[in-house]
Amino acid sequence: MYALSAESLEKRFRKGKGKLIWALRKVSFSVARGEIYGILGPNGSGKSTLVRILATLLIPDGGRAWVLGYDVVRQPKQVRALIHRVSTEAAFFKKLSPLENLLYGARLYGLSGRVVGRRARGLLAELGIPPDRQRRPMEQLSRGQQQKVAVARALLQPPPVLLLDEPTTGLDPRSKREVQELVLGLRREKGTTILLTTHDMEEADRICDRVGILDEGRLVAEGAPWKLKQRVKTDGRPVSMEDVFFALTGKEWEDES
Amino acid sequence: MRAEAFSRPIRRELIAAWGFLARNVHLTKRYWGWELVWFAYSLTSSLAVAYIGLGTERLAGGGVDGQALTLYLLVGTLVWSYLSQIFYVISEMVAWERWEGTIEYTFMAPSSRLTHLVGTSLFAVIYGIGRTLLILAAAAAFFRLPLAGAHLPAAGLWLLVGSVSFVGFGILAGVMPLLFPERGVQMTNVLAALLLLISGVYYPVEVLPGWMQLLARGSPATYVIQGMRGAILAGEGLDQMARPLALLALGGVGMILVGTWAFSLAERYAKRTGRLKRSG
Repeated sequence: MYALSAESLEKRFRKGKGKLIWALRKVSFSVARGEIYGILGPNGSGKSTLVRILATLLIPDGGRAWVLGYDVVRQPKQVRALIHRVSTEAAFFKKLSPLENLLYGARLYGLSGRVVGRRARGLLAELGIPPDRQRRPMEQLSRGQQQKVAVARALLQPPPVLLLDEPTTGLDPRSKREVQELVLGLRREKGTTILLTTHDMEEADRICDRVGILDEGRLVAEGAPWKLKQRVKTDGRPVSMEDVFFALTGKEWEDES
Repeated sequence: MRAEAFSRPIRRELIAAWGFLARNVHLTKRYWGWELVWFAYSLTSSLAVAYIGLGTERLAGGGVDGQALTLYLLVGTLVWSYLSQIFYVISEMVAWERWEGTIEYTFMAPSSRLTHLVGTSLFAVIYGIGRTLLILAAAAAFFRLPLAGAHLPAAGLWLLVGSVSFVGFGILAGVMPLLFPERGVQMTNVLAALLLLISGVYYPVEVLPGWMQLLARGSPATYVIQGMRGAILAGEGLDQMARPLALLALGGVGMILVGTWAFSLAERYAKRTGRLKRSG
């Protein structure tokens, strides 16, 4: 059984009067347990829509998707118990402290405050959030620190499947690297399956076992980064993931993202 | 084994319900400045309404019992303050989370929507009672309230049973911000204003036009306020109010069931149309 799979997923949104915009068109893919699978694509390519469907936040117009065998539309409660999502926007109550936010998040997942309190403090300290910052409102933390708290929230009870929706967007290089290390550590230590959407080609190349390239809602290619590079290689020159994107979509990465 | 399998999910849901309640307590503490502002606003509004009682006695030049009228108005304004508080806390829970940016996180959690609503409603009732008692205590310092004949346990019972109905109304109104991310909150405000108009908060519903009196019969606030006034001004006890209280409780439970059902339909619609997103 795959950790994640999708079959002909479709989603469209109505914009303005009657105009339909396709966000996903017949997207099919599967992710093995313990695999880090990257979804690469520029802004508006459908990455977040895909993650929202898998997170049971959107109902697809066509096709089906499963998380560890549970249908995301028909068995949303079972799916929610198996996943966690970290998105670009760190979704927190701005006035609450990291500890209060973590406590709230843990309780939603059925963990009692007594169990979580000490673990949350330890985890935050491990991620470089000093004790005095742990009790200050989130709005006083830097963007990088907020994103680390978002990751810590997901790690309080590591889920079998982690959905990371551009978790490093807007972070400075050091914070970006730290979040990437956390992701790799999670897979290494807990065997977590990770779906990572990104428009950072270098990030995808570095941490993903396989990537799927999403363009205007279509999955135009998928495979291990080195295999995709080999596929588009024409002469002896080294190939980057930007070259792969250009070769497979006919578009310049810089223009699209 | 079977008992454990049954109790574990219930324990998880109870923890989650406590999570919603505790979160709102933390938020209330963190937004203490705003709480102070709203408390001052509610207190001055209640006092302004209550002084109309003494003012009417003076204007009428006798013939009007100013103290009784003040108590009549104070009961109306305090009960309304309490019920509207419950209504707003519940009906705006979606709008609030959308504004904070946490809506997707909360709706993605494995706890049930019923738990979400129960946790929020519990907070609303506790918060509403605490706030109303504080306003009552402050207002009591301004007036000599003729409470000697009041049946306070009966008044408390009316308030508690009335809370059930307003929880249901709040859940039903909470559908609006779910369906209409931009205008939903304004729609709940209109509903609250309509309830204020027709429920006899500051006057007997009999002074309203016939068609409005018909609407008043559909508002639980009408019965709660009438019952509270009966208990406080006329000292009516349990023997006189058993039947209307039972009917109000029954209607309240029905309203919660209808509200929860409507909310689940609206949530599904929001997930189909992509409206379950943060704003901004």
